[in-house]
Amino acid sequence: MLTSCTNAIVLTVNGDDHMLVVEPNDLLINVLRNDLGLTGAKYGCGTGQCGACTVLIDGQPTLSCITLAVACDGKKVTTIEGITGPDGGLHPIQEEFLNENAVQCGFCTPGMILMAGDLLQRNPHPTEDEIRHHIKGNICRCTGYNGIVRAIQNAAQRMAAGEKPLEALGTTVREVVKR
Amino acid sequence: MTDADKPTKYRLIGLALPRHDALDKVYGQTKYADDFTMPGTLHAKVLRSRYAAARIVSIDTSAAERMPGVHAVLTARDVPRNETTSKFGQTHSAGGFEGLYRVLADKKVRYMGEAVALVAAETPETAAQALRAIDVVYEPQPGVFDPVEALKPDAYRVGEEDTNVVCSYKVRKGDVDAAFARADVVVENEYRVPFGDHVYLEPESGTAWIDEDGVLTIRASTQVIEHFRDVADILRLPHNKVRVIAPMLGGGFGGKEDITVEAYLALLAYRTKRPVKLTYTREESILSHSKRHPYVMRYKTAATADGKLVAMECELISDAGGYPFLSPWVLLYSTVMATGPYKIPNVKVDAHAVLTNNTFTSAYRGFGAPQVCFAYESQMDAVAAQLGLTPLAFRMKNYLHTGDELGTGYALESAVLTDETAERALAALGEPTKPRSPWEKIGRGIASGMQSYGRLVYLHDSSRSFVGFELDGTVVVRCGVQDIGGGQTSSIAQITAEVLGVSMQDVTVYFGDTALTPLAGTTTATRMLYMSGNATLKAARAVRDALVTKAAEMLDASPDRIAMADKTFRVVGDKDHSLSLIEVLEACASDGIPLSNLAQFNAPAREVKESANVEGQIHPDYTFGTHAAEVAVDTVTGQVTVLKLVAAFDVGQAINRLSAEGQLEGGTACGAGYALLEDVKMDRGRTVTCALDTYLVPTAADLPDVTTIMIESGGGMGPFGAKGIGEPSSTSSAPAVTNAVADAIGIRLTRLPVSPERILTALKEGQAKRDDAVSRRVPELA
Repeated sequence: MLTSCTNAIVLTVNGDDHMLVVEPNDLLINVLRNDLGLTGAKYGCGTGQCGACTVLIDGQPTLSCITLAVACDGKKVTTIEGITGPDGGLHPIQEEFLNENAVQCGFCTPGMILMAGDLLQRNPHPTEDEIRHHIKGNICRCTGYNGIVRAIQNAAQRMAAGEKPLEALGTTVREVVKR
Repeated sequence: MTDADKPTKYRLIGLALPRHDALDKVYGQTKYADDFTMPGTLHAKVLRSRYAAARIVSIDTSAAERMPGVHAVLTARDVPRNETTSKFGQTHSAGGFEGLYRVLADKKVRYMGEAVALVAAETPETAAQALRAIDVVYEPQPGVFDPVEALKPDAYRVGEEDTNVVCSYKVRKGDVDAAFARADVVVENEYRVPFGDHVYLEPESGTAWIDEDGVLTIRASTQVIEHFRDVADILRLPHNKVRVIAPMLGGGFGGKEDITVEAYLALLAYRTKRPVKLTYTREESILSHSKRHPYVMRYKTAATADGKLVAMECELISDAGGYPFLSPWVLLYSTVMATGPYKIPNVKVDAHAVLTNNTFTSAYRGFGAPQVCFAYESQMDAVAAQLGLTPLAFRMKNYLHTGDELGTGYALESAVLTDETAERALAALGEPTKPRSPWEKIGRGIASGMQSYGRLVYLHDSSRSFVGFELDGTVVVRCGVQDIGGGQTSSIAQITAEVLGVSMQDVTVYFGDTALTPLAGTTTATRMLYMSGNATLKAARAVRDALVTKAAEMLDASPDRIAMADKTFRVVGDKDHSLSLIEVLEACASDGIPLSNLAQFNAPAREVKESANVEGQIHPDYTFGTHAAEVAVDTVTGQVTVLKLVAAFDVGQAINRLSAEGQLEGGTACGAGYALLEDVKMDRGRTVTCALDTYLVPTAADLPDVTTIMIESGGGMGPFGAKGIGEPSSTSSAPAVTNAVADAIGIRLTRLPVSPERILTALKEGQAKRDDAVSRRVPELA
């Protein structure tokens, strides 16, 4: 049932347009997870302090647990599910996360990979210090960050050598979701 | 960086292989507890006590029950068996170690955040509104919030018993008083460590439903699927009518060893006959779920002038919070490991766990070892300083070796290479870093530790694993382990692939489901690789033996001449005769020879001695290692920068080099957080650090690259000689950092965390003492 407060919005998520009817207080993380079934963005704290819910909005890293869905109307959202390599396989960042054991429990991984992509787009040759400061809003409790930092360093080298940067996919209309 | 990849006698064991579970994780496809939803799911919320100590006068749920969209409101009187004995997946009764588990508060609340009522509703919002509509009348009680206070005879009684003491243990070896009288150096200090929160990134979560076969099924983030028995007892259901499934966990660190959401979900699903989901908020997780035990520790350590330890006396007081949970077990670990990896002829330990009206405390990575390690490793440095010995030189004179006895009289049986870990850890720090300013002080520290792997021998621990070939040559493992992120199932796949001559990609591991996978015990106590790794190894070897026997018959050779690798059976030294794996599998299937095996591995077991005196063997075995740290302390701000961190451990045998290295790195980071940052602050039972901006954990910018050194003695009790490293990797990290801080500023802080405030206060007090000394000297000079 629609109330007078509900809003119709359009989100372009990983290249697909979705028309959604949301409440004014609906958070982006809940719309992604519950309405679109994209559970890659994680609830870790609900207060924007752990980074597990990170997505890209128009290319900018954004904490989806403290972002209202209505504020994203007409914007492009990229989640971990939208990240792939050239042939739909692994992106170099993902591949290096595997190689360097940057993944243990994996709960911070989606946010970390999106932050890594963001960093390497802004700064293709980051120092270790720059990497550590860029991901300091994303908590990892398993790895001590060693593997994550190494993975980003390796990916930087590979991408500087010509491999694909992280970017949103082309836009296609795939489904319209109603609530 | 680790030792270079040396040639190994194994095909896959010890290699650095990407974990088999990691691919789904980098794609964001892994379905954790909260990522799974059943059609028609109701949402649960928990009403929690606003008081730390109170009597419940009345609870009125009628208004909440009348709200549209609310399907159930439950209080203690709705729970078929509200009070049970808390068991932790063990199948053997452990008597005095088992404490009261109360599902919902009844008559009395014992800590703030204790669950009082449950609601299931159509939406989370409705459930939250219903909580507000429940009217609980409390009669606040004075409470007691300090374990030392709680020990006093007239202290407020936290529970229903006549005492706040949960349990007491002691160790007696030799005569400490005589040794203190004869010793050249005696150092006495009191140490305090705070509450800690696990901050697993995934909060407690789960969904429960009644399956089409009538089985109450709970899919939850847990380290112990065998809580299905506790849930069945709570609902007074037969054990075979409750099923628990553990999907991949977003971290555990001990915090998901106790029941979290399972009982609440089971009660609500059983009442409503609908699927029910519950995920804690981070605030709720910090406020209401278990914490690491704070300890007050009085240590007295004595040595002779030539640097030999002669006596250690320890008094440990542990804050159990509102309910016992695992406090007796944790305290026993602390009691056994109170004197660390050192050979000491005279030992006296007295340990007490005490109830208070603080949040309850239970398992946390290290399980009682990190607390005492901070104390004994601080003592070691303090004694070394008095003797004029370096921290390394003093330790090298006193490390335990194979065959030496612990305080309990148990003689170590496996490899003990603490000396080598200490020398290599310190050496790896390299050249000292130069201070960046006149007010920056650089310091270095080491700390060695010992930590058990495997559960208490009193528990008669066992694990089971099923390994079998499919007809196409792929392999299925069914093993009821919980994968909490440490590579648990991946290691099982690697062990299986090694034995059966297939690749890791050929192995599928079904895990963590009480209905589908043979029960394998808990993923706690650094026991998973040791127990389930051994069970899997045993099963895989039995399958291999059966196939090799058949292949030998088909090739007309004796079985000991058959080599099984790369999906081919060959006769050694005979290039002309071989069989494909498929041929042998088909022949076995046709002849009725099983292609699978279910094996059980039993750990060493002893009966519980109903005595406070702790003697003999308590754990299957121990892991030994050393951390080294270099820090810079800004003496103006008190800020500590960790410049270098090294972890050097005898891991026995790395199964997956990447996973083993990852455990060492992560455990070390966790210990650095314990040293410098982590502190759940409670004000008369009220947690004031309920978010991650007040409860601080290390970020990437707070830590250096952790250097790991793995020594492989092959002397462990796990598969291929592995030792456990999940918890040991963390235990000695904190004192390495605090010893480095003490080295930098010349003052030893005896309380964790070593925060900027405490450092500045100590520096000021130190300066005041020096000023005072100067002013008192002036008249003498004049």
